[in-house]
Amino acid sequence: MLLAFALRRADDALVLGHRLSEWTGRAPLLEEELALANLALDLIGQARELYALAGEIAGDGRDEDDLAYLRTDREYSNILLVELPRGDFAFTIARQFLYASFVDRWWRATMASTDPRVAAIAAKAEKETAYHLRHSAEWLIRLGDGTDESARRAQAALDKIWPYVGEMFEAEDAALVTAGVCADPPSLRAAWDGGVNAVLAQAKLQRPRDGWMQTGGRAGRHSEHLGPMLAEMQHLQRTHPGAKW
Amino acid sequence: MSTAKFPLWEVFIRSRNGLSHRHAGSVHAADATMALQAARDVYTRRGEGLSIWVVPSNAIIASDPADKAMLFEPAESKIYRHPTFYDIPDEVGHM
Repeated sequence: MLLAFALRRADDALVLGHRLSEWTGRAPLLEEELALANLALDLIGQARELYALAGEIAGDGRDEDDLAYLRTDREYSNILLVELPRGDFAFTIARQFLYASFVDRWWRATMASTDPRVAAIAAKAEKETAYHLRHSAEWLIRLGDGTDESARRAQAALDKIWPYVGEMFEAEDAALVTAGVCADPPSLRAAWDGGVNAVLAQAKLQRPRDGWMQTGGRAGRHSEHLGPMLAEMQHLQRTHPGAKW
Repeated sequence: MSTAKFPLWEVFIRSRNGLSHRHAGSVHAADATMALQAARDVYTRRGEGLSIWVVPSNAIIASDPADKAMLFEPAESKIYRHPTFYDIPDEVGHM
């Protein structure tokens, strides 16, 4: 169960990191090109540490590369939010903000983990996601309270993403929460609402209504977008197994 | 991207070894907050910095290159202004 936990959290980080890496060469300005690549590298680094932990727990000789490159989409347990295509810049920023608003609080609460390996990963990751939250919040405020076009795109992005935010707050494995290994996402919902509402108000954006929420990613039931993304991400390793630089 | 909406900012970084802020380069950003973040993302990726300053480029008043001879050449003949003429006692240590 600790194995499934590490894979869930690693998959979230890797898939979102890959989506951010797709901006390389396409960002709206040079400075943001580097900023998005920095966020991507933070997330891929977090994924590596979590996959290494998963490999250690599995004890079957699989390393972080095997876990990232040799599992199918049905074996990936990331939430659907992170696998959605990168969209326009407003979509990427809105998603990053909503996710970072959750995951930064989750890592901070998980720094007190009773498992020292998880606590160490959390301590490093939280510093990184705190910056992700600040950077994406500042951008969202400027897009929402910017030009007519940037406001329209930011609102459209929020409306499109909103049905995917519920999955972030699905309960973690109760045994792990009871043992103090990680924070339970539902306990962070009120703090997330407060933080998100404050930024949306500053950005002059409307918070979409909480309606029906998408689910299924944790059980391996993904959107049509994850398969093609993994195909691109994994093709080198699958075509040339064990290839080295 | 219009430079009117994304003005230029000069970036100064203080490095780990305790020296003063040094000019690192410049970034385009909409305002001061975003300029600081852009400076962090562009110029401190390899652990270079402990502190960042950003200054609007148009706030820097520069000397005119045409005045170079008048401003700087007179100092070149005054070698006695360099401290190399003095013996420093060992007890003083590094100056």
